[in-house]
Amino acid sequence: MNPAITTARRPRSTPPAPVSPFPYHPGSLLSVLDLTVDGVSRLLVRATELENEDPIGRDRILAKRRIALLFYESSTRTRTSFELAAKALGADTTLVSSLSSSIEKGESLKDTGLTLRALGAEAIILRHNSSGAAWLLEEVTRLPVINAGDGMHEHPTQALLDLRTILTHLRPGVEGVAADTLAGATVMITGDILHSRVARSNMLLLPRVGARVLLCGPKELLPEQAARSGPGIEIERDFDAALAQSQAVMMLRIQAERLAGLQLDLDEYKANYQLTGQRLATHAPNAMVLHPGPIIRGLEITAGVADGVQSAILEQVTNGVAIRMAVVERALVADQGGRA
Amino acid sequence: MTTLAICGGRLVDPAAGVDAAKDILLKEGRVAEIAGHGKLKGKNGAEVLDATGLVVAPGLIDLHVHLREPGQAYKETIATGTAAAAAGGFTSVAAMPNTSPVNDSPEVTRWMQAPERGAQVRVFPIAAATRGSKGEVINDYAALKAAGAVAISDDGRPILKDGVMRESLAAAARVGLTVIQHAEDTRMTQGASMNLGPVSFKLGLRGMPPEAESGIVERDIRLVAELRESHPHLHVAHISTAAALAAVRQARRNGLRVTCEVAPHHFLLTEEHVGLYNTHAKMNPPLRSAADRDAMIGGILDGVVDAIATDHAPHAMHEKEIEFELAPNGIIGLETALGLCLRWLHGEWKMPLGRVLSLMSAQPAALLGLKCRGTLAVGSFADVVVFDPKAEWTYRATESKSKAKNTPFDGWPMLGKVRWTISEGRVAYASA
Repeated sequence: MNPAITTARRPRSTPPAPVSPFPYHPGSLLSVLDLTVDGVSRLLVRATELENEDPIGRDRILAKRRIALLFYESSTRTRTSFELAAKALGADTTLVSSLSSSIEKGESLKDTGLTLRALGAEAIILRHNSSGAAWLLEEVTRLPVINAGDGMHEHPTQALLDLRTILTHLRPGVEGVAADTLAGATVMITGDILHSRVARSNMLLLPRVGARVLLCGPKELLPEQAARSGPGIEIERDFDAALAQSQAVMMLRIQAERLAGLQLDLDEYKANYQLTGQRLATHAPNAMVLHPGPIIRGLEITAGVADGVQSAILEQVTNGVAIRMAVVERALVADQGGRA
Repeated sequence: MTTLAICGGRLVDPAAGVDAAKDILLKEGRVAEIAGHGKLKGKNGAEVLDATGLVVAPGLIDLHVHLREPGQAYKETIATGTAAAAAGGFTSVAAMPNTSPVNDSPEVTRWMQAPERGAQVRVFPIAAATRGSKGEVINDYAALKAAGAVAISDDGRPILKDGVMRESLAAAARVGLTVIQHAEDTRMTQGASMNLGPVSFKLGLRGMPPEAESGIVERDIRLVAELRESHPHLHVAHISTAAALAAVRQARRNGLRVTCEVAPHHFLLTEEHVGLYNTHAKMNPPLRSAADRDAMIGGILDGVVDAIATDHAPHAMHEKEIEFELAPNGIIGLETALGLCLRWLHGEWKMPLGRVLSLMSAQPAALLGLKCRGTLAVGSFADVVVFDPKAEWTYRATESKSKAKNTPFDGWPMLGKVRWTISEGRVAYASA
């Protein structure tokens, strides 16, 4: 047949893409896309209020409410800060981790979630090694679910605390955010973008408050498709050129546990993408340095930079508690919730 | 056996070039007589089915289903899978060999066809190409054919080694069987659970590149060309990418016997339908890009696609209600194929009814070499589907005759409702 006919007969209508039913619960935070810019702003403002509140009064906000932390992956920062945040609001928390629970015996995520709900959990904070797990948990439990990192997909509270840290440095004094708050600012994310949920959440959140996101890394760790994830995302493979354009420099760990057979020449990687004191001084002497942790000193970042004056890495950790207080409160307190 | 007369309908038999108001008499499992309305002789004693306003067509033939028996009866049995087939208008289904054990022997091939299985319609086993479908040692195709196998395939797994695929094509050609290839270079799809592209990146899922399919199709076509003298027949299962379809198109221009099938989900859905980790949109090959989907539609309309096949792949509910990456591949499709094809191919895209039905009966029959099926010419098997071509209805997975409910088409509007399905003269399904 004449191939020209194919084009001529091209059909006009095809079935539409589905409309997402998520999130089922207005208190859930599965993706940064669940939040409007207004919603982001409210969380940032609330984080500061809660941080400044008297700890004695603060712990009545969620007094005796039950929150389960369900962790299928190891974690230091995220787990501890969620736990401290929930406890600071007075909630009872319980930790279930895959290595010391019936998950080891083959219990499914659905059954684990339903069990926690039956035990009285009113919200579940989930860290899981499989992308999308938080959506499944929310669908089967209909509880507010907070995504504390799902596979290679998203880590929304990390992006929120990164935003808070960035604002402190680039927009001091600014509390809430609007669509243009970070206009004119460039945030670069360097390294293992492909396997990074932190990168995905940040690249979807930061452009919505005006920032330009510049991704940097080798093809194996940064596929071209990354730039098509949303508006305001660009790729610059030359590390020095990217540094020169950036006011905030976020470095990422190479996720050895997710490389799945991919062979990387680490010496070459370090030569091209390691953030050193000299590079920073030459190309971005005034930029702030971020890293979601864990840091591998001497690989993606030198010890000198990690501990240096431009580093905001520990501020990020501290901000995690404030942001997570606001997110946990939103999950359980109706007037702080809502998709709007 | 009852004698049946289907009267008052519109007989559409593309293989015979018939589209006319006709009555049809079924006797002893065969088509006995065709005549104008009211003119059927020897109707005495026949049970009459009133087909006024309905289309009477050759029973549909699905050349790609998984019936899960032997070994995985919790997902589906031959009895339940064929009940779903009958409800969908199918009178013949070709069952893939990825059962447990793998159907790589005449014993399993015969077991699947035994009356004890309780099949509602005819089951034609497709036997494994290699022992255990491991892609190493080819089976005895002559013995498998003698036991009833209608084609050869390691479906679910590709035959990766060039030498083994060449040997399989040559051996199948010697006994007059088709080799059906699940085209996937598994070296490029490790750990992947959907199509590779912007959507997989966004969802944080590892993707299968389109080249994993087209690369194997191109390799297979080269082998068919090399073996040209022995006339091998390669059939590409569930083709899903524009590049692979282009390769098939070119092979046909070059005079090679290369055919392909498309599943309804690959001409209707795209990777966007994965949505937020809907495991009912996870199958292999995966839902592809809109450009690939459009290429499938184009291929069906312009004739390079030889058949519609469902790749009916039942799974138990609990197997799909887990993390997307861990969920098994596949969806059921026997009860939605006709309704979707009529609604979209015929209704929306204006493909003539006879051509749609041909893709689902005459052409798969020819592909598999099923004699006296896929047509209602006098003397053929009395495999008939009678449906209301105008009836609009909504598919409900919970009402499925299949044991499984894993489908992305739950709640979808359908066009064309099956009234009766008749398998070799016996009513296998009648709508309430």
